[in-house]
Amino acid sequence: MLGRLTIDALPLYSAIAFGGALVTVGGALAVVAGITWFGLWRYLWNEWLTSVDHKRIGIMYVTLAMIMLMRGFVDAMMMRSQQAIALNSDGYLPPEHFDQIFSSHGTIMIFFMAMPFLTGLINIVVPQQIGARDVAFPFMNAVSLWLTTAGAGLVMVSLVIGKFSTAGWTGYPPFSGSEYSPGVGVDYWLWAILIGGIGSTLTGINFIVTIFKQRAPGMTFMRMPLFTWTALCTSVLMTFAFPALTVVCAMLVLDRTLGMHFFTNGGGGNMMNYPNLFWLWGHPEVYILILPAFGVYSEVVATFCGKRLFGYTSLVIATASIAILSFTVWLHHFFTMGASANVNAFFGLATMIIAVPTGVKVFDWLLTMFRGRIIFHTSMLWTLGFIVTFVIGGMTGVLLALPPADYLMHNTTFLVAHFHNMLIPGALFGYFAGYMYWFPKAFGFTLNERWGVRAFWFWLIGFYLAFMPLYALGFMGMPRRLEHYNIAAWQPYLVVAALGALMILVGIGFLVVQFIVSVQERQQALDLSGDPWNGRTLEWLTSSPPAPYNFAVLPEVRDIDAFHDMKAGGVAYRRPERYHDITMPRNTSAGLMLGVLAGLLGFAMIWYIWWMAIASGLCMWAVIIARVYDDDAEYVLPASEIEEIEAQRYQALASSARTQTAEEATFSNQPLPESLT
Amino acid sequence: MTADAFVAAAGGNGDEPATPDVYEQRAFGFWLYLMSDAIIFSLLFATYAVMARNNAGGPTGNTLFSLPNAFAETMLLLFSSITFGLATLAMKSGEKERMLSWLLVTFLLGLGFVGLEIREFHGMVRAGAGPDRSGFLSAFFTLVGTHGLHVTFGLIWILIMTSQVIIKGLTIPVASRFLRLGLFWHFLDIIWIGIFSIVYLPGIL
Repeated sequence: MLGRLTIDALPLYSAIAFGGALVTVGGALAVVAGITWFGLWRYLWNEWLTSVDHKRIGIMYVTLAMIMLMRGFVDAMMMRSQQAIALNSDGYLPPEHFDQIFSSHGTIMIFFMAMPFLTGLINIVVPQQIGARDVAFPFMNAVSLWLTTAGAGLVMVSLVIGKFSTAGWTGYPPFSGSEYSPGVGVDYWLWAILIGGIGSTLTGINFIVTIFKQRAPGMTFMRMPLFTWTALCTSVLMTFAFPALTVVCAMLVLDRTLGMHFFTNGGGGNMMNYPNLFWLWGHPEVYILILPAFGVYSEVVATFCGKRLFGYTSLVIATASIAILSFTVWLHHFFTMGASANVNAFFGLATMIIAVPTGVKVFDWLLTMFRGRIIFHTSMLWTLGFIVTFVIGGMTGVLLALPPADYLMHNTTFLVAHFHNMLIPGALFGYFAGYMYWFPKAFGFTLNERWGVRAFWFWLIGFYLAFMPLYALGFMGMPRRLEHYNIAAWQPYLVVAALGALMILVGIGFLVVQFIVSVQERQQALDLSGDPWNGRTLEWLTSSPPAPYNFAVLPEVRDIDAFHDMKAGGVAYRRPERYHDITMPRNTSAGLMLGVLAGLLGFAMIWYIWWMAIASGLCMWAVIIARVYDDDAEYVLPASEIEEIEAQRYQALASSARTQTAEEATFSNQPLPESLT
Repeated sequence: MTADAFVAAAGGNGDEPATPDVYEQRAFGFWLYLMSDAIIFSLLFATYAVMARNNAGGPTGNTLFSLPNAFAETMLLLFSSITFGLATLAMKSGEKERMLSWLLVTFLLGLGFVGLEIREFHGMVRAGAGPDRSGFLSAFFTLVGTHGLHVTFGLIWILIMTSQVIIKGLTIPVASRFLRLGLFWHFLDIIWIGIFSIVYLPGIL
């Protein structure tokens, strides 16, 4: 009846695991109780859970990312503290539990923190940047969100019912096969990323179509804001790389569930096929994570230096080249697997070549700042912190791209330091910069600067403390994923790394404080103009938060920095003579239902509850087919109602104290000062 | 009727000239889906190519595959594409009855294909050559089975389209769905040609 699910699945094997389960269940119950207490269920259902508005979906994505960041960071803290004390002792985490923690840390941070964070930012910003009213497929957008949430939910459920994978976030066979990992852990991992991965593929398709087909009149490709360019390249990568993840996970599921022999030791399996397929997705994934952050940095630098981006065209070409090259380097993740020297040399060279367009970008950002009047907003601080730190990570990457060096360094903490050095400044700092930059656009008030700056410094210094020692430890030969050790020389470095993690903890705490303080003091920080930073791109033309349709009249684009151009020409806020009706997508609960059913399907497949798997699969089909018969998924927002909303908007604009626009326009938009030309 | 024609037919309100056309977007989105699906198939093909000799001492393609069966499957699927094309032509000229009858023929041909495939799989499993026998057979069943599942979904979709044509008539949304079904159905043909020439032919020869 319940497959292999029995009472033994409860985490009674260790006090810490049981505590984690209690926190998870307690947290979920507290949220439910809170929503019930404040009577918010109806509001939540009507305005959020069933919403197909890209801005709402984006906010829900970012919320999911923040929650999963906390969970993933708790894992990180536990690993750092364990390693700091586990010299000649067992520390406080048994090996079985420690292995689950590093597996869930990586899985969560990549699939359920970074992916939703960047997808959320893209959702909130891209349609507005290209002057569109929504994404191309609003319903499919909701499906993507809820599939991702279902995947994240499965990882959370594994804390309470059963165990998570101990095979690391990459899940290499044969260890992850049923012979060596017979429990449910690897199945939790597989089904979480299978379900979440399909959501990402759909997101990719959605945004390619949106960016290709929904741009405002006059916005040619070479007038698109850089964040939109990076979103486009990321979407292309999502659409064409994620199928590889789907394939490799499906094969491992077939191996484990039906006893097939794709990656098994015997039976004609070929386990070396797994890393190939996995990293065929995995390397483009690195750029899926990083490119949108590059886009954020480009927007932030241009805005807070009051200049057009230096080398816009080269940035576009660099972004596209990185996207293409990212498909040609996957083998550098397993140089030591035994490919011939020539094969390794090819992939080593390809890897080094990818550093070239990345270097172009760094120079473009620096030259944008050069002799600009830089405003040190927190987003700008994240950007500066990124540039310095990322260059270090890039250089260690070029080092690892040499196959002989990689033979020495692979599987050590040097590698751990390297990829955290790429993904924390390269991706996460960018998401934070984007969060602070676009927060007023999403919510209508700006975030508190003081707490933002504090959070930044704790994150930056904490990052250096946490990861620079790992580079040294890697040179000293410390393998990654070590539960305990007996080499005393390693311990001081690990203690410093643990201190760094503590500083990051404080940084996260300050981010929470910043959010609470900002909400409390929002009346003093209202963004009435919709353009709090003297922005240059079209998302700042809408009100903050924007009307459901974003633009009452579609904007006319004549230049790269379209909104800046409009302000300079004095036509940014021109009131249209009359408004037209706008067709809007209707809210629907079908997306949420598909997500819940996919979660149930995954849960049933993990625990071999076949009747439940069949039932939830059939229900998913029923929901899809019912949706297919619905030709009435839209409604018309009448022009009179739009006129009312827009009248309020113009009233707010008139009362906003934004007067410096004209003055700022005079010194901006000059790539080089006169003295240099 | 092409996707372009739907643009002209759908953009009737004329309020805002730049209103993006939903049907053109759906066609484009569907093409992208097919391209990502093509990547799934190409990886399954690559895996099969890598594992084709890993029979772990078990049966090989030479003894398992039957050329007449694979040929019959090919014919059924290729002719179903022709009849689907005839249904599309009938839709273009607005002949609902003729369109439905060609759709029925397509459905039967597709059903025949799936039936033959199930019979083949069933026979192999009974002969001890199931997907858990060897890496070669895992790759074979997964590649051919994924295609078979796609055809099955296509059959369900044909039923849905038939009912929509009967209930809703040849409205623009129905016709645009039908065109996407056509893309899907012809795409499966191309994949099958790959399977025939990479799996069955070398396996038998």
